[in-house]
Amino acid sequence: MEPILQLNDIVTSYGRIQALKGISIQVFPGEIVAMIGANGAGKSTTLMAICGVLPIDRGEIYFKGQAIQGMPPEKLPPMGLCQVPEGRRIFPRLTVDENLALGAFYRHDTEEIEKDLDTVYGLFPILKDRRRQHGGTLSGGEQQMLAIGRALMSRPQVLLLDEPSLGLAPLVVQKIFDIINDINRTQSTTILLVEQNANLALQTAQRGYVLETGRIIMEDRAETLMHNPEIRKAYLGE
Amino acid sequence: MIHEYKKTLKNYVIGLLWLLGLLWPLLGIHPDGTLSFDRTFTTWLYIAAGSFICLLIYMLNKSGLLRPVGNALSAPREKASRLIGAVPIWVWIGALLVAACLYPVFTGRYAQDVATNVLIYICLGLGLNIVVGLAGMLDLGYIAFYGVGAYTYALLNLHYGLSFWICLPIAATLACIAGCIIGYPTLRMRGDYLAIVTLGFGEIVRIILNNWMTLTNGPNGLLGIKPPSLYVPSFEAGFSFELLYIKKLQYLYYIALALAILTITAVRRLNHSRIGRAWESIREDETAAELMGVNTFILKLLAYAMGALFAGLAGAFFCARMRFVSPESFTFIESAMVLSMVVLGGMASIPGIMLGAAALIILPEVFREFETYRMLAFGLAMVVMMLFRPAGLIPAKRMGTRSEDREG
Repeated sequence: MEPILQLNDIVTSYGRIQALKGISIQVFPGEIVAMIGANGAGKSTTLMAICGVLPIDRGEIYFKGQAIQGMPPEKLPPMGLCQVPEGRRIFPRLTVDENLALGAFYRHDTEEIEKDLDTVYGLFPILKDRRRQHGGTLSGGEQQMLAIGRALMSRPQVLLLDEPSLGLAPLVVQKIFDIINDINRTQSTTILLVEQNANLALQTAQRGYVLETGRIIMEDRAETLMHNPEIRKAYLGE
Repeated sequence: MIHEYKKTLKNYVIGLLWLLGLLWPLLGIHPDGTLSFDRTFTTWLYIAAGSFICLLIYMLNKSGLLRPVGNALSAPREKASRLIGAVPIWVWIGALLVAACLYPVFTGRYAQDVATNVLIYICLGLGLNIVVGLAGMLDLGYIAFYGVGAYTYALLNLHYGLSFWICLPIAATLACIAGCIIGYPTLRMRGDYLAIVTLGFGEIVRIILNNWMTLTNGPNGLLGIKPPSLYVPSFEAGFSFELLYIKKLQYLYYIALALAILTITAVRRLNHSRIGRAWESIREDETAAELMGVNTFILKLLAYAMGALFAGLAGAFFCARMRFVSPESFTFIESAMVLSMVVLGGMASIPGIMLGAAALIILPEVFREFETYRMLAFGLAMVVMMLFRPAGLIPAKRMGTRSEDREG
């Protein structure tokens, strides 16, 4: 099978410091892939590089067989690639409705947008109750739901999720991950998941990559990674 | 409770002492070198007594002694607010419009002149609001586009004799193009850096106007610009059209009113459109907006160009009204003034900015009676307003004002 998203030997740097030193990743249609690693390993940097927010020094990125490196970020959602950025980054002074409408910014098919809006409100009923509130007045978990909902409004084929568990209570995290699973199953959306919470990420994903200081040090099936003694020691706290 | 009062009183005393320290050199030192205390002291005593009464009322209110009064007043107040709420918004707008149209009938030259100024600054404030309030880019050189508009009309009218009405769209277009030219290299920057660069560009435009003697006649300015003209049907010696120059302030006021209404309508529509929403997303979080598929560069450039367009319109009118332009009208202080109107009135709030423009033009006129203390009083009023209404006089109401509201 052809990978839907493929990174070949990506190198990026912040100033003179190399953040990614040759990252190669393959994501196949329909799967959930986890990227785990410590702080500063380059997980979020990889996602920002995929989305074109960070310019890359070397390497190629293919999405659905098309080279997308060097493309401006706003071209990607229409192609079916959307990111839920780290720290949620919702628009705090816009209402929930407006936040979601911005997710569908590139689209003009009003009726289909309405349908997707209903789908998102179906996934996150709490957002519907708060649809006229400012995004900034929502709780952390609700904001994460809004960020995911906003990305879903662009009808992504591949969803990049950056630390969806960041700063959330364990119960809320579980709920978010249930929904991520649900999105993957019912909408057959491919998901590339970046997480600090390695345990949870590997439970959710089918395959995983382990990053360390800008390099991939291991890649395998999630289950295998989870039982790997080194991984258990370094990332699962044993 | 007692502790809290002690703290308040302590702050009050410290504040008064600070005021004395500030007032004494301002009022006590005379230009001939003599010093006096009595005048400072009496002024200070007045202020101390006045603020003590305010403090007393504040403390009474806090301790709950004023609650009976408040309760007694709350019923009629609620009634009044319900009554106001019951009247649909278009009635208010209509009433305001009628009042604005009838205004010159009941007022004199001076009042009309001030009102025309207010209307020009409403256009400028709303234009800048697109850049600052909606797209969230701090622009300190906005007045340059006002200047471009004004000089466009002045030069086209003097050299080619083009009429005001033809020049109005040309001025707007040229200001728009100037906005794009200046915006293209600068809009890659964010925040403070953008503010400094726009400040620089604003000054560059003014200095060009000041020094290009052959074109703009430099600091002497351009004289002899024709006011707006109209063809009026005349019946002397058969039916014909007569060219009439509008010099009367009253008619100029109506043109300004028309321009202001045009600006308000346009900005309102932009505000509630897809583009307006995208601008706001850029203001809130530029990277997130990019990730959602918003072409931030084009939209920022568009915001800049649209802002410049309204400044160009206002500039052309300003020039036609004054029948004279000089670079002096386009200094940095004017940019700061317009920016203050936007911030003071309430960013992204159209009624707020209208009120802000009115306040900043009318207040200095009202304070004219205080002569030397005029600007001091004006500054004080601004400080007090920002202390008590930091989000602006009429903060933008952003909840449930979109299409969803009409649905339900």
